Amino acid sequence: MAAEGKAIDALGQFELSTVLGPIGAAVGFTQSNLFMVIAGGLIVALMVYGMRPAAMVPGRLQSLAEAAYGFIDDMVVAQVGEEGRRFFPFVFTLFMFILFGNMLGLFPYAFTYTSHISLTFTLALMVFVLITAVSIALHGKKFLGYFFPEGAPIWLAPIIIPVEIVSYLSRPISLSIRLFANMVAGHVMLKVFATFVVMLAGLGAIGPFVSVMPLAINVALVGFEVLVAFLQAYVFAILTCIYLHDAVHLH
Amino acid sequence: MPQLDFSNPLMTSKLVWLVIIFGVLYFVLKTYALPRVASVLEQRAARIKADLDAARDAQAASEAALAELRAATAAAKAEAQAAIATAMQEAQKKAAAEAEAINARLNAQVAEAEARVAAARDAAMGALRSVATETAAAMLARLGLSAPANDVAAAVDRAATQGGR
Repeated sequence: MAAEGKAIDALGQFELSTVLGPIGAAVGFTQSNLFMVIAGGLIVALMVYGMRPAAMVPGRLQSLAEAAYGFIDDMVVAQVGEEGRRFFPFVFTLFMFILFGNMLGLFPYAFTYTSHISLTFTLALMVFVLITAVSIALHGKKFLGYFFPEGAPIWLAPIIIPVEIVSYLSRPISLSIRLFANMVAGHVMLKVFATFVVMLAGLGAIGPFVSVMPLAINVALVGFEVLVAFLQAYVFAILTCIYLHDAVHLH
Repeated sequence: MPQLDFSNPLMTSKLVWLVIIFGVLYFVLKTYALPRVASVLEQRAARIKADLDAARDAQAASEAALAELRAATAAAKAEAQAAIATAMQEAQKKAAAEAEAINARLNAQVAEAEARVAAARDAAMGALRSVATETAAAMLARLGLSAPANDVAAAVDRAATQGGR
């Protein structure tokens, strides 16, 4: 789009390409999928290898695995209630998948799969299908009452019902765009400032001194991006929990 | 923006792979990984609960022991005080009895001594009377007076009773 100047190529990092040679090309296995596999492998390694000692007093890795488990478990129970326990594996998988995707994306040469709207929208769509299915399965026809709260004056129906439907349908959109936009913005900024470092460094004698400034900004940005990476995974998970609460309890 | 290039066939294949990878990850976590964590956490919670219960029991036992100890101490104290009181009473009684015996003996000795003194005085007084009578008779004889011996003795007696005390 706009930033595609001669020297600054901030969006090339989001280009899809196949990996694993001809086999990957044949099945359309992209580097995005490769990082998904890496993230999944790391998650499974953390949860299985980390929990291997199964010690009463956990070591470092086991503490991390237990902290992740407890974090999402508390979130699900606090937001959805005790009956939300059966959604725990889904929310956990979602949270860890997004968190590891965001974090892996911060490594040099890594591909940030959460920076693709098609991916975040697919995840959000899974959540949307899940909450709709859950509320229809639990409440049947009463699910339609979701769009018109009990006790509201009937003449408000022409206003309330479309508003409720639009807000319900916009959930996956807001969910996916929030994550996608945050990741893209962060990575574009990182790339732009990193390019500045290189460009300024080439400015003769004073170059190395001037280029320290964008470098310092990038250092700060990386710290900020770590925060965003965690925060966006958290937001995605907690919004999923809130939607699940609505699906289970209908408002 | 490459993310919005939906004509790219890799876009679709990527999503298919996403669904596969996410599904496998979900299955593995749900079936193997998460139950293990849950069981470890449960075991720990059970262990902590058991330990807490044991600690609570131990505390109750120690409190009971402490109460027992306090009761025993109180009983021992009371017993000791009773023993001290009886011992003191006995000692006092004994002392009183001894004092009484000593007093009695002393009184007897005093009485005896007094009796002896009285006897000695009486004896002395008797001797004195005869000496006085004799002296009076001798003085009368010197003065050339004569008087019946009985009258002299009576006069000496009278004088003695008047002059004594």
